[in-house]
Amino acid sequence: MLGVGGIVAAILAVLLIGLLLAQTEDEFTWGAYGQQIASGLSQGAIFASLALALVLIYRATDILNFAQGEMATFTTYIAWSLMNHMPYWPAFALTLGIAFVFGAAVERTIIRPVEHRPEIVVVIVTIGLLIALNGLTGWLWGAEVKPFDSPFSLRAIDIGGVTVTVQDIGVFCVCLVTVALLWAFFRFTTLGLTMRAVANSQDASRLLGVRVGWMLALGWGLAAVLGAVAGMMAAPTLFLDPNLMLVVLIYSFAAAVLGGIDSPLGAVVGGLLLGVIINLLGTYVDFIGGELRLPSALAVLLIVLLIRPQGLFGHRVVRRV
Amino acid sequence: MPLLELKDVRARYGPIRALHGVSLTVDKGEVVALLGANGAGKTTTLRSVSSMTRTSGDILFDNRKIARRSPEFVARLGIAHVPEGRGLFPELTVWENLRMGARGKLGWEDAERVVAYFPWIERRRDQQAATLSGGEQQMLALGRALVSRPRLLMLDEPSLGLAPTVVAELFAIVRRLNEDEGLTVLVVEQNATIALEVAARAYVLEVGKVAVEGTSDELRRHEGVRKSYLGY
Amino acid sequence: MSRHGWTAAKVLGVAAFAVFVALLPRIFDARLGPESAEFRTGQFTLVAIWFAALLGLNILTGYSGQISLGHGAFVGLGAYVAAILSLGRPGLELYMLDPPSWLPIGDGMRPVFTIPLAALVTGLIGLLFGFPALRLGGVSLALATLAVAVSFPIIMKRFETVTGGGGGINLNLPETPFGWDISTRHWLYYEAWVTAGVLLLIGWLLTRGRVGRAWRALRDGEVAAISSGVNPALYKTLAFGVSSAFAGAAGALLAIEVAYVNPDTFPVSLSILLLASAVIGGLGSLVGALFGALLYVFLPIYSEKPPIFSFDFADQAPSVVFGVVLIVIMVLLPGGIAGLVKRLSALVRGGWAARRTSQPGA
Repeated sequence: MLGVGGIVAAILAVLLIGLLLAQTEDEFTWGAYGQQIASGLSQGAIFASLALALVLIYRATDILNFAQGEMATFTTYIAWSLMNHMPYWPAFALTLGIAFVFGAAVERTIIRPVEHRPEIVVVIVTIGLLIALNGLTGWLWGAEVKPFDSPFSLRAIDIGGVTVTVQDIGVFCVCLVTVALLWAFFRFTTLGLTMRAVANSQDASRLLGVRVGWMLALGWGLAAVLGAVAGMMAAPTLFLDPNLMLVVLIYSFAAAVLGGIDSPLGAVVGGLLLGVIINLLGTYVDFIGGELRLPSALAVLLIVLLIRPQGLFGHRVVRRV
Repeated sequence: MPLLELKDVRARYGPIRALHGVSLTVDKGEVVALLGANGAGKTTTLRSVSSMTRTSGDILFDNRKIARRSPEFVARLGIAHVPEGRGLFPELTVWENLRMGARGKLGWEDAERVVAYFPWIERRRDQQAATLSGGEQQMLALGRALVSRPRLLMLDEPSLGLAPTVVAELFAIVRRLNEDEGLTVLVVEQNATIALEVAARAYVLEVGKVAVEGTSDELRRHEGVRKSYLGY
Repeated sequence: MSRHGWTAAKVLGVAAFAVFVALLPRIFDARLGPESAEFRTGQFTLVAIWFAALLGLNILTGYSGQISLGHGAFVGLGAYVAAILSLGRPGLELYMLDPPSWLPIGDGMRPVFTIPLAALVTGLIGLLFGFPALRLGGVSLALATLAVAVSFPIIMKRFETVTGGGGGINLNLPETPFGWDISTRHWLYYEAWVTAGVLLLIGWLLTRGRVGRAWRALRDGEVAAISSGVNPALYKTLAFGVSSAFAGAAGALLAIEVAYVNPDTFPVSLSILLLASAVIGGLGSLVGALFGALLYVFLPIYSEKPPIFSFDFADQAPSVVFGVVLIVIMVLLPGGIAGLVKRLSALVRGGWAARRTSQPGA
C-alpha cells in the first residue's frame, strides 16, 4: 500500500542523502545527521498540526484561514495565563476546551455572514481577523517576549548514537497523538462521519436534515484545538510573543500545499517532510544557513503551486476557476 | 387534507424568475408526477419544497407552513428529497452514505429493509460511492432516502442517464413502495410515459406555471400532452 | 443633472482638490507653529506616497481581481533601487558596501530622477512576476504573494553587499534641486503629490479605456472574458507590471522622504495593512486609494515602522480597530468608503433627478 511504500522510500531517501552528505561535507557525522532529522521531525510535527488545522477548514468550507496562526497564538497566551494558576497539564486541557469554543464562535459569528461570498471577500475577512487578533493579543498581554514552560525536560537521550532531547520526542508525540485522536474521531464516530459528509457536499447534507452550520462550527473548533496544541508545543522553543505563530503559519501553509490542501494525510506528511527538509537544508547548505530557512520553505510553496498545485496527495487545487 | 400543498409559489434565481405561481397538491398515499420540458421549473419546484431556493407563496406540509424555513428543518419533518445528480457523498462508502440517510444513526430494521429492496448494497458496502454505476448510484440514493422513513419522497428525474431496463426496475420499486408501504411520492420526470404508468395524478409545468393537471388517464388522452410529451 | 453635468462636476472636484493640496502647506505655515507645520506637511507627504502605492494595489486587486499580499515588497524594492541609484557606487563605497560590478549602478544622481527609474525597475520585475501568477489564481496567488512579502526583508538582509544588510542605507539628505527658492519640506511635499497626481492620471486613463474594461471583465468572470476575446495573459501581466511600477515610485518617494531604507521598514505586515487599507478605502475605485492612504497615515498606529507585529505596546489597540473595521466593511459594505460615497452620491443624484421630473414642464 501507499503507506508502506512511502515509509520505505522515505527511509531510503534519508540513507541516500546521508551517504551523499558524508562524501561532500567535511564534518559530517551520522550522529549529527540523525540529530538534525530528529529535531526536524519534531518541528515538522508542529507544522503538521497547524497544517492539518488549515486542511480541516479548507475541506469543510473551501476557505483558507489566514488567521489560523493568530488564533493559535491567542489560545497559547490564554494557556500562559492559566499556567500561572494551575499545573501544566490541567492548563493544557482547559486551553484545548477554550480553543474549541473560541474556534466555533469565530465560525458562527464572523465567518458565517461571508461564507457564500466570493473568495476574495473571505480571504480579506480572515486577514482582518488576523490583524485584529494580533493587536488584541498584544493589547491584553503586552508585547514583551514571555517564557513559556515546557512539560518536557531538555535532557538529552542517546538512541543508537543519535542525541535526541526529551523535548523533541515529547513534542513529536503530543502532536501526533492529537492527530491520531482526530483521525479516530473522524473515522469511527457518527459525528465524525457527519462532518466528513458535510465536507463532501453541504447541499446533500442539508437535504438529509444535517444541521450544516453547527457541523462547520465544530470543524472550526477542532481546527482551533489543533492550533492550540501547535502553539503550546512551539512556544517553549520559539518564545511567546504576539508574532509567535506567524512564522509557523507560513511553514504550515507550505506544508499543507506540499501535502495537498484537501488531504489530511498530506498535511501530516507534508509537515514532517518540510520540517526535515528545512532542517537539513539549513544545516548542510551554506547558502541557506540559518537565515534563508523561511524563504526556502516559501520556495517550496511556490514550486509546488506552479508545478503540481494539488500537492502530493491532494485532488483539489487551491484555486477556484 | 393533502399531505403537501403548494399555493401560488414563485421562485427566482437572482434576477431570473423560474416559477410564476405554481399550485399543486399531493395527497397521502398518492404518487403524483410533475412533468414538463427542460427548464419548465420542475426541479425548482422540488427545491422550493426543500427550501433550497427562495420562494414567495405558501408551502404547507401536513398543514404546517414550511416555506422559507431551513432545508434541515424541512428534511427533519420527513420530506426526503433525492435531487438531480442524486446528491450522494462521492468520497464516502456505500454504507456510510446509507448511514447518513439516518444522520449517522442507522437502525438495524431500517438497514435490513433497504437491503431487501437492493440486495447488492450489502455486498458492496465498502465501495466508494463515486465508483458506482449510474443505476447503482440512483438506487443507493433511493435507499438512503428510505432509511429515514420519510412521509414524503421526492424524486428529481430518477431516469436521467439510465438504461431503460434500469429505469423500469427503479419505477417498479417506487410502485412497490407506494402500494406495499403507502409511501407518498412526488416524482419529477422528463420521461412522461413511465411516470404516468406509476403515478395516479400528474401536473404538467410549462414556463414556471401549471399548464395541465389531472389523472394519469386524463393526461394520456389529452391531445397537447400526447403530442408534446408522450410522442403520439 | 445630465451625465455631462455630472462629469463636469467630477472634473471640477478634482481641480478643486488639486488646488487644496497645493495650498495646504501654506495653510499649515500660516495657522500653525513652525514645528507643527513641518510635521503636518510631512504627514500629508506620506499620504501622497501611500496614495501612489495604493493606486497600484487598487488596480491589481480592485480592477483586475488579483489578490496581492506582497505589495509592500514592491514598495520596498522601489525604495532600495532609489537609494542605491541616488548614492551611486561612490556613495555606497562610503558605507563600505560593495555591490557586484555587473549591476548597472551609476555614480549617483539627483533623487528626483530615481523615481521613474525605480518605477521602471520595479515594474519590469512585476511583469516578470505576472507570468507565473497567471498559473495561480485567487487564494493560491494570495499565498504566493504572501511568500514574496515574507521573504523580502530576509533577502534584503542576506545580500548585504548591495543592500547594506540589517543596517540599511542612509541616503543623502534631501535638497531642493535646481536652486529653487523653496524649503526642503515643501519640495518633498510637492514632489510626492505631483508624482501621485501623474500616477492618478495614468491610472485614470488606463482604467477608463479598453485596458480597464478588459481588467474588469477578467475580474468578474475569466471564462466569459476569454470568450469575449480578452487575452488574460496580456492583461493580467500588465496589471502586475503597472501596479508594481506604481509601488516602486511610491517606494522611491518614501526613500527620499525618510532618507533611510532598512529591511524592517518593509515587513509582511506592511503588505497586509496595505491590502486592508485598499479594501476599506474602496477597491475598484481610484478615489478609494486616497481614502485608504488617509486611513493608513492617520489611524494612530503608524509609527516609524509599519504597525502590527511591532513591539510598541500602545500601538496594539488600534490594530484591533483596524482588523474589526476590515471585517465589518467586508460584511456590510464591500465597496469600502468609496463605495459608500458612491451610493450616497447616487442617492443625491436620484433625488435631484426626481425633483426635476416632478416639476411641471420638466
